[in-house]
Amino acid sequence: MAVVRLRAPLSELAGGTKELRLEGATVVDVLRALEREHPDMEGWILDERGRIREHINVFVNREYGREDTSVGDDDRLHVLPAISGG
Amino acid sequence: MTELLVGTKKGLFVLRGEPGDEFEVAARSFAGEPVEYAIRDPRSGRYLASVTSAFYGPKVWVTDDPAGEWQETEGLTLPEGQEQALKRIWTIAPSEAEGQLFAGGDPAVLFESGDGGLTWSLNESFWNQPTRSEWSPGAGGLCLHSVATWPGDPQRLALGISAVGVWLSDDGGQSWRHGNDGLVPRYIPEEAREETLALCVHNLHRARKQPERLFMQFHGGVYRSDDAGETWTDIGTDGGLPSDFGFPLVLDPDDPDSAYVIPLVADLDRVTPEGRVRVYETRDAGANWTARGDGLPGEDAYLTILRQAFDRDGAGTGMGLYFGATSGDVFGSGDAGGTWFTAATRLPPVNSVRVA
Repeated sequence: MAVVRLRAPLSELAGGTKELRLEGATVVDVLRALEREHPDMEGWILDERGRIREHINVFVNREYGREDTSVGDDDRLHVLPAISGG
Repeated sequence: MTELLVGTKKGLFVLRGEPGDEFEVAARSFAGEPVEYAIRDPRSGRYLASVTSAFYGPKVWVTDDPAGEWQETEGLTLPEGQEQALKRIWTIAPSEAEGQLFAGGDPAVLFESGDGGLTWSLNESFWNQPTRSEWSPGAGGLCLHSVATWPGDPQRLALGISAVGVWLSDDGGQSWRHGNDGLVPRYIPEEAREETLALCVHNLHRARKQPERLFMQFHGGVYRSDDAGETWTDIGTDGGLPSDFGFPLVLDPDDPDSAYVIPLVADLDRVTPEGRVRVYETRDAGANWTARGDGLPGEDAYLTILRQAFDRDGAGTGMGLYFGATSGDVFGSGDAGGTWFTAATRLPPVNSVRVA
């Protein structure tokens, strides 16, 4: 299972949890699993098309990830607000 | 008499007045157009304004009389056949070489003029940086907003770019290298920070009397370099700033230990902290910061002050300081921040303020 790391305000939607372990073969699979586990998160990272919102960055370990980026066991997903937002 | 060039979302306003009094609108140019930046080149007396028409794109205009006719300059274009087009000119900076000016813009582009700004040419060396395809923008775009010249030496330059960090040249811009050691991009996972190019510099200025010293406002962090931009030291964490996020930066040219910043809450809340408008001053190179807010709005004031909307006039204890907010207010100080007055209200959202 991949490790997903969240910062506020997303971590607050996950009940204060800053790190979770979730199943999924791709970034979007893991993010969907995150939504299933924490339904309040729905619509915050993925938009209604299932795409990562424009001003959210998802890193898989050290690299920028896209929806279809493969995720393996023990990979770390960091979900962060992008500097292009705000 | 002090003259301010205030670039706004709806035109350039020329304000004139005496410190302490409300300034009058002496002229308005480019009505309805976003004016990003305007300066008066002190060497020639010529005014230059960067205007981004929603219809006709970015252009730089010049005049000898800001209330009169403006002339469009030539050469501010990217090479043909590119996927990218020029989006905006963020800054115009006189060089240390006679008649030379620099213009920095989006997408991370540097232009040079050898005739006082009438014609421009692309700095090819910077345009052709091999990592360019990996560069990413900040919220304002991929903007080259700071050109720090070296007093008396036109060969030595430092550029600040959101979000591609600091670039240094020792040969007048023929070659470039990074100057990013010590910068900590907290918006990147720790494990990815070392190799990232996404370094979001918000503002960069050089101390005139100690030119190896530079100050920087970063996207979360205030920094100082004492080796001409090669390495950077955090001066924003422990010295008394309410936040180390912000955009504007001004130095007193007589005091290399001085810097002024206007903090905002954070990247997710870009307003003045606690509903109070305060400028923060250091006179010991960033070890301590002191709030300067006497005369500024002290409650229920949630202003946003943009990158280029803060400037100075003169130096020392009588230095003038002026800044504008997206609220349309312009504030000034005639005593280096000791006391403040309101120079103008109800202007369109302010993009830039420069003392003419």
